[in-house]
Amino acid sequence: MKREITLKINGEEYTSTVEPRTLLVHFIREHAMLTGTHIGCDTSSCGACTILIDGKSAKSCTILAIQAVGKEITTVEGLALADGPHPLQEGFKENHGLHCGFCTPGMMMRAVELLEKNPNPTEEDIRWGISGNLCRCTGYNNIVKAIKYAGAKMRGDELPSTEPEFVE
Amino acid sequence: MIPSSFDYSAPTTLEEALNLLEEIGDEAKILAGGHSLIPMMKLRFAEPEHLIDLSNVPGLSYINTEGNTVKIGAMTREVDAEESEELNKLFPIFKDVGKLIADPQVRNFGTLGGNLAHGDAANDQPAVMMALNAEIEIIGKEGTRTVGIDDFFFGFYTTAVEEGEILTAIKIPIPDGKFGSAYHKSERKVGDYATGGVGVQLTFDSSGTCTKAGIGLTNVNPTPLRASRSEEALVGTTVTDEVIEQAAQFASEDCNPSADLRGDEDYKRRIIKVLTKRMIVKAKERAFS
Repeated sequence: MKREITLKINGEEYTSTVEPRTLLVHFIREHAMLTGTHIGCDTSSCGACTILIDGKSAKSCTILAIQAVGKEITTVEGLALADGPHPLQEGFKENHGLHCGFCTPGMMMRAVELLEKNPNPTEEDIRWGISGNLCRCTGYNNIVKAIKYAGAKMRGDELPSTEPEFVE
Repeated sequence: MIPSSFDYSAPTTLEEALNLLEEIGDEAKILAGGHSLIPMMKLRFAEPEHLIDLSNVPGLSYINTEGNTVKIGAMTREVDAEESEELNKLFPIFKDVGKLIADPQVRNFGTLGGNLAHGDAANDQPAVMMALNAEIEIIGKEGTRTVGIDDFFFGFYTTAVEEGEILTAIKIPIPDGKFGSAYHKSERKVGDYATGGVGVQLTFDSSGTCTKAGIGLTNVNPTPLRASRSEEALVGTTVTDEVIEQAAQFASEDCNPSADLRGDEDYKRRIIKVLTKRMIVKAKERAFS
């Protein structure tokens, strides 16, 4: 039942012979060898495998590779701009938006669509927006800050402070 | 986790899909958004031998108003119903439920048709469709038929969609008069199934009397449940606090929750009572705003 499929990932075509049951995340990691997309829970809960399919954030552990034929797939490897990091990458770096980094690619890919739909999100919008992504280190505060920072950068607004907030 | 082996087809017309269903028989399963089916296949709770993917069949994703009916194509994604202004102006319940179904990534791919055809009493859309008194359009080799939502859910993962048939659309009647709808569920965390959920739509005449009430309950019965006694208690009244209290009490008595990690039976009945009350109040507010 194996068949040859070609998937377009970050603008490049990857051809491989797969079974229909091959999950998209496995194609990305083991056929295209793009290991920035992570497998966390493997049950559509954690969002570490989030990628973009035709611009929409998706959990690639819950989609068959064969379903993605003919679509434009973007992974974290395709996020950076030609002249440097994506504003989200910069935001996560500047705001310490990661500790272990396992959830980070999924968080950023989810945030791409979030900011595209809502360029100036409130904290609540961001928290709802990343509700399908789990982080077990940061407590989310710095992730929210990172996404806010990226939003400001993309809008061309003044960048928010990256100083940590201390509670007296 | 990887599903058992299966074969895969992606037909480009409904006719082709129906032919495949007939050819392959009961080992075939329709793949819509896949966000209920694929997780079940990964856990090997479902092991279909052949998936027929509807994504390449054009014309199954739309939200159209036709006369007194809003028609929603089966392959309409949850996110599209959640974000449709046209739909939410009439039925704000879709914004309520949209926010509570799984998470944004899942809503980007999960479909309304798949949600219903999955036949899971823990899903949220069935209770919404009961509140709205929807009808389900099903196509087969012999043609198209329409089934009322009360005759749609047969049992655990079993619906009126028979072997060789495909759910193609959902039809929602636009009530006469003032009407409002609301949904909420109690969940332990984002993305969880409901501990209990309640969808309500109320219709009022010009004197402020409730002429029609629809109340659907999520995950407190083996099948999605209509709270008939609660509905009857509301119709013919102006939906006063006393009536609301009575209707909520009926819903908590008439549901059949089972104890699980989300709570015991008594707790779930209390959840249903509180949510029924709140959703009636919200639906009424929306009807008059």
